[in-house]
Amino acid sequence: MTIAEVGRARLRKEDSHLITGRSRYTDNITLPGMLHLAMVRSPFAHARITSVDVSAAKSSPGVVAVLTGSDVAAEQGSLPNAWPVTAEQKAPAHPAIAVDEVAFAGEVVACIIARSAAAARDAVELVDVSYDELPVVLDLEEAATDQVLAHPGLGTNTSATWVFDSGEAGTGKPISEALAGAEVLIERTFYQQRLIPAFMEPRSTVVDPTGEQITVWSATQIPHILRLMLALTLGIPESKLRVIAPDVGGGFGGKLQVTPEEAITVLAARHTGKPCKYTETRSESLMAAHHGRAQVQRLRLSATKEGIVTGLDVKLLADMGAYLGLVTSGVPILGAFMYNSIYKFPAYRFECTNLFTNKAWTDAYRGAGRPEATFAIERLMDELAVELGMDPLEVREKNWITHEEFPFTSVAGLEYDSGNYEAATAKALELFDYEGLRAEQARRREAKDPVQLGIGISTFTEMCGLAPSRVLGALSYAAGGWEHAQVRVLPTGNIEVVTGSSAHGQGHETAWSQLVADKLGVPFENVEVLHGDTQISQRGLDTYGSRSLTVGGMAVLAAADKVIEKAKVIAAHLMEASEDDLEFAEGKFKVRGTDQSTSLGEIAFATFSAHNLPDGVEPNLDSDATFDPQNFSYPHGTHLAAMEVDTETGRATIRKYVCVDDIGVVVNPLIVEGQVHGGLAQGIAQALYEEAVHDDAGTLVTGSFVDYLVPGAPDLPHYTTARTETPSTTNQLGAKGVGEAGTIASTPAIVNGVLDAVRHLGVKDIRMPCSPSRVWAALEEAKLSGGVQ
Amino acid sequence: MARSTTITVEVDDVSYTDDVEPRLLLVQYLRERLGKTGTLIGCDTTNCGACTVHLDGTSVKSCTMFAVQADGRRVTTIEGLARDGKLTPLQRAFHECHALQCGFCTPGMIMQSASLLQENPHPSEQEIREGLEGNLCRCTGYQNIVAAVQAAADGTTTSDSATENGASETAGVA
Ligand code: FES
Ligand code: FES
Repeated sequence: MTIAEVGRARLRKEDSHLITGRSRYTDNITLPGMLHLAMVRSPFAHARITSVDVSAAKSSPGVVAVLTGSDVAAEQGSLPNAWPVTAEQKAPAHPAIAVDEVAFAGEVVACIIARSAAAARDAVELVDVSYDELPVVLDLEEAATDQVLAHPGLGTNTSATWVFDSGEAGTGKPISEALAGAEVLIERTFYQQRLIPAFMEPRSTVVDPTGEQITVWSATQIPHILRLMLALTLGIPESKLRVIAPDVGGGFGGKLQVTPEEAITVLAARHTGKPCKYTETRSESLMAAHHGRAQVQRLRLSATKEGIVTGLDVKLLADMGAYLGLVTSGVPILGAFMYNSIYKFPAYRFECTNLFTNKAWTDAYRGAGRPEATFAIERLMDELAVELGMDPLEVREKNWITHEEFPFTSVAGLEYDSGNYEAATAKALELFDYEGLRAEQARRREAKDPVQLGIGISTFTEMCGLAPSRVLGALSYAAGGWEHAQVRVLPTGNIEVVTGSSAHGQGHETAWSQLVADKLGVPFENVEVLHGDTQISQRGLDTYGSRSLTVGGMAVLAAADKVIEKAKVIAAHLMEASEDDLEFAEGKFKVRGTDQSTSLGEIAFATFSAHNLPDGVEPNLDSDATFDPQNFSYPHGTHLAAMEVDTETGRATIRKYVCVDDIGVVVNPLIVEGQVHGGLAQGIAQALYEEAVHDDAGTLVTGSFVDYLVPGAPDLPHYTTARTETPSTTNQLGAKGVGEAGTIASTPAIVNGVLDAVRHLGVKDIRMPCSPSRVWAALEEAKLSGGVQ
Repeated sequence: MARSTTITVEVDDVSYTDDVEPRLLLVQYLRERLGKTGTLIGCDTTNCGACTVHLDGTSVKSCTMFAVQADGRRVTTIEGLARDGKLTPLQRAFHECHALQCGFCTPGMIMQSASLLQENPHPSEQEIREGLEGNLCRCTGYQNIVAAVQAAADGTTTSDSATENGASETAGVA
């Protein structure tokens, strides 16, 4: 009996080369005759370009050519937005190199092509660009007034307004009734600060134009989408483009983009006929790679005096930044389906206004819309509890969907297939010692301890497995949400798995090997997983939205099922048995009731030699499958944070963090654990540390790692993690998805905890990040307004 | 173009003599001239630690010094750690504790951890966290990195099971 691979904490196959420095990140690539690029970027957030003089740069040592916007105006096209959320959506043209106008500080205005990276960078300063500065609009609430326009040509800052109304959709009552009849009305405005994904590997692209096909290596999450979009944008036949994502050093949504720099590197290679490389500096990355979050959330929650929520009204201002990137416009709308979270709200309305500002454009960042929604509702549930003098857990329990009620159609119209919020919460409370910490909290309040204790709760769910293609179609997204896989059986019986879902740290090579090892009964070691190269993996929709296992993994299983079907025909022939009498287990076909059997390896070789196959059967076991999910999956969990707040310094520290996640059936607990940890770190970072700050002119102040505070090891706690397991019913494995859970759940848990520590001192809210200065200021303000009870 | 200088540096047990521009950073020399691309660049303000190597046995961020400053000295990079195809206990520990995801911070993390353990062979969790303060990781949330350093310090990695091109096994703890 072989041990099942699914569920086993296999160490990762992808580690060996990474721990020994044999890595293949894009910037490691050097090609013969390769030229290097450096970008000239606008120092102004909004300006008209009046002239670009490149003569001095062109004669700088080592410089081969300089490209300006007008040089490539005819061929550069406009960078794509794949998500026109409404038919009326407005968007400015988005040239890779600005031609007449720049709309954010950091926008590319020219590109130096030189024989070395140093020579290219030296020449950047020699490009003389004249600008006429234009007024900038930076603040979202100001942008909504249209007094200053980010793109005067559009006539408005509003890109689109998107509405969901449960009354109109027939998924619930009209919100007006709920608000009118409210016994308790909680009105709050929350600010989702702008964040920067800050993957550790700066973006890098190498383009080789030699030969009949253009090869693009890029630090991207989306080689397949990039290929299609570069082809459409630059007018290159798709078949003449090969995109390779080699080792990629993290993405978190930040590399889910078709970037100006990628397009420019292709253009530069085309102009020079030579391989070209562009690698951004960290400062460029922070300034010009897309940002995330940046929303203002105006919320009204109505409830009964008993704490039963009767309705939720959400009005969102979402900062697009200066342009619409690949899915910029859709990110807040993904959140629309999650504001009601795990609760049974009878009425719900969501209205989102997508606004342009003169900042770097925003787009997907880990969670993409769902962290914002979860933050809002989990903060509101705490506010309701405070208003009613109830325990925040009790308020949640009163409103959540009980485990007997699944499947449950939410007020936002999603069908939640499964879940058990009671079980996850019970486990979290036990690990946390909720009662003990509440008692300590009371003691410290009583003693007026300078360090106060707060308990933060976050119960959450999210939609994973992006996405059923029909749903994406209904939301006007341009592409589908399927994933492709191929399982190849080599003559030796070794297996190659080709997956369209391209990993950049998630461990697909290990997890997919486990899936296939179980399915085909072959040793884990004999499975090789190939991905991230459009010439090897010809179809795919790549990696984001916690989709890899629930969509890509299911395609792998479906392809493996087809291999078994094909092999069965040949097995029956070889053993002179009827197919109906065969059973497949542990890598062997057995004739039922006999001891006759043949292994997949034997069949593989027989297929390869093809000497003795049944008539009309092709000598090939390889199989393809494309899986389109019928529904999302809905991981959920309960996160509890014990926060210590030093009321003298304002410093908030995490004393204890417990999370219980229910992500369904787990393939590799080690990888899952890692995903949870990393997700938590990013969610905690939003709550306590990170914010992209601009000055009044629109220059990014947090333009390096000195000022943009990605937390280090001393800034983060030891996490206590555990799981409950309620299998998803939307896929054959019962898996749900884990890539974003930690990020979604942890931010409100931390902020709720900070507030719980200082609420009795009169503090009502603190804007994220809850830095010492913000917490201290909130405490001072509360003192001044006599809030101390 | 600035005048170049001749330097001799021993990198991962091989001695190199090269003419370099005075402004060439050590990390650029390693990556661009020697092809030692195992050492990575994550920032331009000496904050991330991705470029950490050992200079005469002590960790330095190789983006903070010029190649000329390494003249006559001995540099060890992540590529020179494993001997005869055998991983060091720290490398094994990073693998066994799942202390890496995308792997971009990993070379720097391992080099910095090695230095840390040299100075303090039995660090507490807090000492490990503080010792790694200058090395950023965006993927792991640090918990497994801390565990890996602890495991290497405690000698609890499985000694010979992982080789440089090693087959994977199952984690002892999960
Ligand atoms: S590259 Fe040296 S510290 Fe970041
Ligand atoms: S493993 Fe990706 S940055 Fe550390």
